[in-house]
Amino acid sequence: MALKPVMVGERIKRREDPRLIRGMATYTDDVKLHGLLHAAFVRSDHAAGRIVKIDATRAKAHPGVVAVFSFDDLRGQVGASPCTAILPGMKHVPHPLLADGEVRYAGQPVAVVIAKDKYVARDAALDVEVEIDSRQAVVDVEAALQAGAPLVYEQLGTNLAVHLPIAHPETERLFAEAHGTVSLRLVNQRVAPVPMEGRAVVAHWEDGPQQLTVWTSTQTPHGCKQQIAICLGIPELRIRVIAPEVGGGFGQKIPTYGEECLLPWISKKLRRPVKWAETRTENLAASAHGRGHVSQVEAAYDKDGKILALRGQTIAELGAYASMLGPAIPTFTHLLAAGPYTIQAVSWDIKVVYTHTMATDAYRGAGRPEAAYNIERAMDAVAAKLGLDRVEIRKRNLIPVGSFPYQAPTGAIYDSGNYQACLEKGLAKFDYAGAVVARDRARAEGKLAGIGIATFTEICGLGPSTGTAPPARAGTWESAELRVEPTGAVTVMTGASPHGQGQETAFAQMVGDAFGIDIDNVNVVHGDTDRVTHGVGTFGSRGLVVGGTAVHMAAQKVLAKAKRIAAHLLDTTEERVNVESGVFSVVGGARKLTFADVASAAHTWGVAIPGEEPGLEAVARFEPTGTTFPFGVHFCTVSIDKETGQLALERFVCVDDVGNIINPLLADGQRLGGIIQGLGQAMCEEVRYDESGQLMTATFMDYAMPRAAMFPRIEMDSTCTPSPLNPLGAKGIGELGTIGSTPCIVSAVIDALSPLGITHVDMPLKSEKLWRLIQGAAR
Amino acid sequence: MIPAEFDYAAPRSLDEAVRLLSGTEGAKVLGGGMSLIPALKHRLSAAPLLVDLGRIAGLDQIALSGGRIRIGGRATHAAVMTHPALASMHAFAEAGELLADPQVRNRGTLGGSLVHADPAADWPAVFLALGGEATLVSAKGTRNVAADDFFESLMTSAVQEGEILSEVSFPAPTPRTGTAYSKLRQLASGFAIVGVAVWVRAERTGVIDDVRVGVTGVNSVPFRARSLEDRLRGKAVSGPALRAFCAEIAEADPMSDLHASAEYRRHLLGVFAARTIERAIARAQQA
Amino acid sequence: MKIRLTLNGEAQEADVAPRTLLVHFLREDAGLTGTHIGCETSLCGACTVHVDGKAVKSCTMFAVQADGSDVRTIEGMGEADALHPVQKGFWEEHGLQCGYCTPGMIMATSALLAENASPTDAQIRHALEGNICRCTGYQQIVNAVQHAARILREGK
Repeated sequence: MALKPVMVGERIKRREDPRLIRGMATYTDDVKLHGLLHAAFVRSDHAAGRIVKIDATRAKAHPGVVAVFSFDDLRGQVGASPCTAILPGMKHVPHPLLADGEVRYAGQPVAVVIAKDKYVARDAALDVEVEIDSRQAVVDVEAALQAGAPLVYEQLGTNLAVHLPIAHPETERLFAEAHGTVSLRLVNQRVAPVPMEGRAVVAHWEDGPQQLTVWTSTQTPHGCKQQIAICLGIPELRIRVIAPEVGGGFGQKIPTYGEECLLPWISKKLRRPVKWAETRTENLAASAHGRGHVSQVEAAYDKDGKILALRGQTIAELGAYASMLGPAIPTFTHLLAAGPYTIQAVSWDIKVVYTHTMATDAYRGAGRPEAAYNIERAMDAVAAKLGLDRVEIRKRNLIPVGSFPYQAPTGAIYDSGNYQACLEKGLAKFDYAGAVVARDRARAEGKLAGIGIATFTEICGLGPSTGTAPPARAGTWESAELRVEPTGAVTVMTGASPHGQGQETAFAQMVGDAFGIDIDNVNVVHGDTDRVTHGVGTFGSRGLVVGGTAVHMAAQKVLAKAKRIAAHLLDTTEERVNVESGVFSVVGGARKLTFADVASAAHTWGVAIPGEEPGLEAVARFEPTGTTFPFGVHFCTVSIDKETGQLALERFVCVDDVGNIINPLLADGQRLGGIIQGLGQAMCEEVRYDESGQLMTATFMDYAMPRAAMFPRIEMDSTCTPSPLNPLGAKGIGELGTIGSTPCIVSAVIDALSPLGITHVDMPLKSEKLWRLIQGAAR
Repeated sequence: MIPAEFDYAAPRSLDEAVRLLSGTEGAKVLGGGMSLIPALKHRLSAAPLLVDLGRIAGLDQIALSGGRIRIGGRATHAAVMTHPALASMHAFAEAGELLADPQVRNRGTLGGSLVHADPAADWPAVFLALGGEATLVSAKGTRNVAADDFFESLMTSAVQEGEILSEVSFPAPTPRTGTAYSKLRQLASGFAIVGVAVWVRAERTGVIDDVRVGVTGVNSVPFRARSLEDRLRGKAVSGPALRAFCAEIAEADPMSDLHASAEYRRHLLGVFAARTIERAIARAQQA
Repeated sequence: MKIRLTLNGEAQEADVAPRTLLVHFLREDAGLTGTHIGCETSLCGACTVHVDGKAVKSCTMFAVQADGSDVRTIEGMGEADALHPVQKGFWEEHGLQCGYCTPGMIMATSALLAENASPTDAQIRHALEGNICRCTGYQQIVNAVQHAARILREGK
């Protein structure tokens, strides 16, 4: 075997792409089965109210309608929409698959029509008469905490789902001793994750084998299987969940939703396969939202601008019910509150609150973007108070080189880092000094120009599993199974369930290198619970860090056995076998075996290897002992049209550190996508309900998505500080861009407006808002 | 999102189209469909019959004849913005470039946009400013409606049931005239939060002989800023002075919605009017 | 209603209800599921196909309107061993992640390059106004379009 160039670290183009660029991939809505029925949901037009009547007479009269179901048909037969993050002391009411007498958010499913044709299903759904005696809704999360506010759940007597007062013993002392303090009210507005493929489900119960197959657009097929099993009382052994091609997730497809449990129940009831693919309006109204925090952030600092302590209060929107991980998301906002800085104490008071709105859950970053936003805004505010340059204050506060692993006052342990090197590289790439000169020149000409900066870290590859308990059925590990064919080709089965990240390529690079085989001899399988027995999924930037490590571990196990087999075949001892790029040789000897030779011998067993079983395969699970902390620095420049408030992003520079990189091409993609998603929140995105709880941003006519023309070319570079927590030295990259870019551009806008005396703006940075600030300052 | 059932006819001639339209109560005309089809899909609109203009020969023509630029009712945005006969009237290309996106411009039509009379559509402003006229055909005959009489109320144009807009025409460009269009796009939909179209005839010195200013996105009905036009005639203004002229436009009665308040729209109207007029004057001076 | 059209170069006849959207005809009747539905308000472009050589949004067109037309979808752009230059560009430059918007992006791009062989980055971004991508942040799509333009110009 010729020595292969090392693939890891190379910009290898994706193996996923040929099917995708030819339109030959199979997303859930592309699945076709004989006798397939179509579901259309009837959803509540009201945010709050009592269901008086559901009359399906007219709907059932449509030719082709097979059935109409409402909660009465399900009663006693099914469980609820799952939540695996019910925090201690949390007030929780299980969320029914269809509304049980009460509706609690606009868009909540009330009934479902099943028909032979999707056009007929839609026609009939419009003819289901639902009468709702509407009540006053509470939409604003702060109003929901006021005495006398309408209650989402009367029986709870409050909208406060859970109160988490997390106090650090030193906070109050440090505040008392501080040179000064700042206090900011920061709104991290509710946004919609908007994967381009909405959620979709095909459920097929086969009564003969008593087998359920569910195709669903999910990030977590194994979790989905477990939750369907729990909800419907079907043994997991009888359930196969397939996440086929998945058109993006961004956290929205981590939860198992009611529809994913209901369609299997319907298929079992009707003994026919049934499909549902949500509309964009359903996606915007009834798939989990993200963010939705109102925070009061106080920072205490000394005379040199060192931040001593933070005191925060966050009121987090839970929505009308507790989604899968929803209640836990704000806890990450506390965990990361100190950012990359040497802050001595952090106290954070978190209130997680019900409102008559769609549930919130993880959205790209999940609690950490909120944390980064809080601390970066506070850092800028302290700099402004002290008249310090915003880079200088960061230099004074960054955790010093050589302090890692670093224990933050929140309890988080930062694995590794060199924040100063990253910042210096960023300053040079951006030409900070030059940018300041250019900005000041523009200002002298009467223009509104600003520079933004954010230095940030975040938390990836969550673990360990400690404390995980039912109804969750899996911890934070990930699995991998490697099966070597007699030819030396390798099938990799990963529990990670990628949906755009490119792990079919990255894992093949790793395995190809491990065995010295061509990348085309590696097949990466994922997203099918019958082929990948155990798994967790892709979210929280864990695909490579946790899932990739499991692949690495399984490869090492395979290699160890291959070495033992090779030793026997080479008439030597295991210790004397040298393995390099898949070639096995005896130290100092001429005989060589390729990986394919060993694989063949393992299967033919023509020469029995004493003490070994035939075959060559391995299973591994990686349980992370801690979380990784990638980090970075973002800079940008903006200008604002004084007359209209229109914002123009002129430059954006990113230098980050995600440890070792398997495929820089994929890493760039993750970084760029994340940056724009963060900028989308900052610049235009916002879920808005009116006072009665009607969703005003129910289509792309009103929900503003970031588009290509809004952005300049992002300039990127990186530093590399490998993580000591996994053998790959990888840190995770999925969410990083989203975390830094949001505060960075807000910082730039405030800088641009600062000559007018403006010190605060909330997102999104829409032109009218900026114009009003400019107008207000002029008066 | 799926429309309710309807019948469909694709007549080959305007006469046949008119006959079909008058033969079925509630029948609707299908032009490019860029407004109608989404409305049907969201069940905001329904019709027993759609009469598709897509197969009527010649209805998509653009030509200069009889001193007027004639644009067939079925001519697409893309055709209008790139047609050589309209090249010297910059407002067409500028409005087209700012209108929706290439795919929508390949299907949607100028005529359809006018008939639909969306208060935030772009063409109504151009139609008003450039002194357009619409030809409406029905079983009863043909009539012409001037742009100034075309927009009646929210989403309501002068086009009556049974009528088809067969042509939109504009006076051909004359010496020392210039046109321009500018707009603040609503970030989500791309529609106008404010859109201003200007036609101006100016001396080389910059003195305005005549001017028309069409406005969309601001009021519930597109309108001409006549009070501004009156004040501008005979004057040579630019920069802050022009901006001051545009600050108060009596006809403005702005809408308020999720995307912009009335106050902001009123303000933007002044800014965009001044900027657009300035650009049009510069063109007139060079023309 | 009976319609006849040329679909990816092949003559086809079909019987469709007038209200059948072109995208549903392509996906459900013709079995061409490469054309995707992303928004239903003609704002995302995932459903972009070519009708008589023009890029259009197939979610905002009835199948009956395509009667007599030449319709091309992503499936008709290239073969596995003979990819279309735009497909090559997207692959080489990592112009896609989840792939859902990609067929629409490729169809919009090929229409752009037919009109403008050497677009600037800004022109590309403007031409993709009607196509939303949530994964890539657009930059690698811009690179992909430039790459495709280069192949088309230089034949490689």
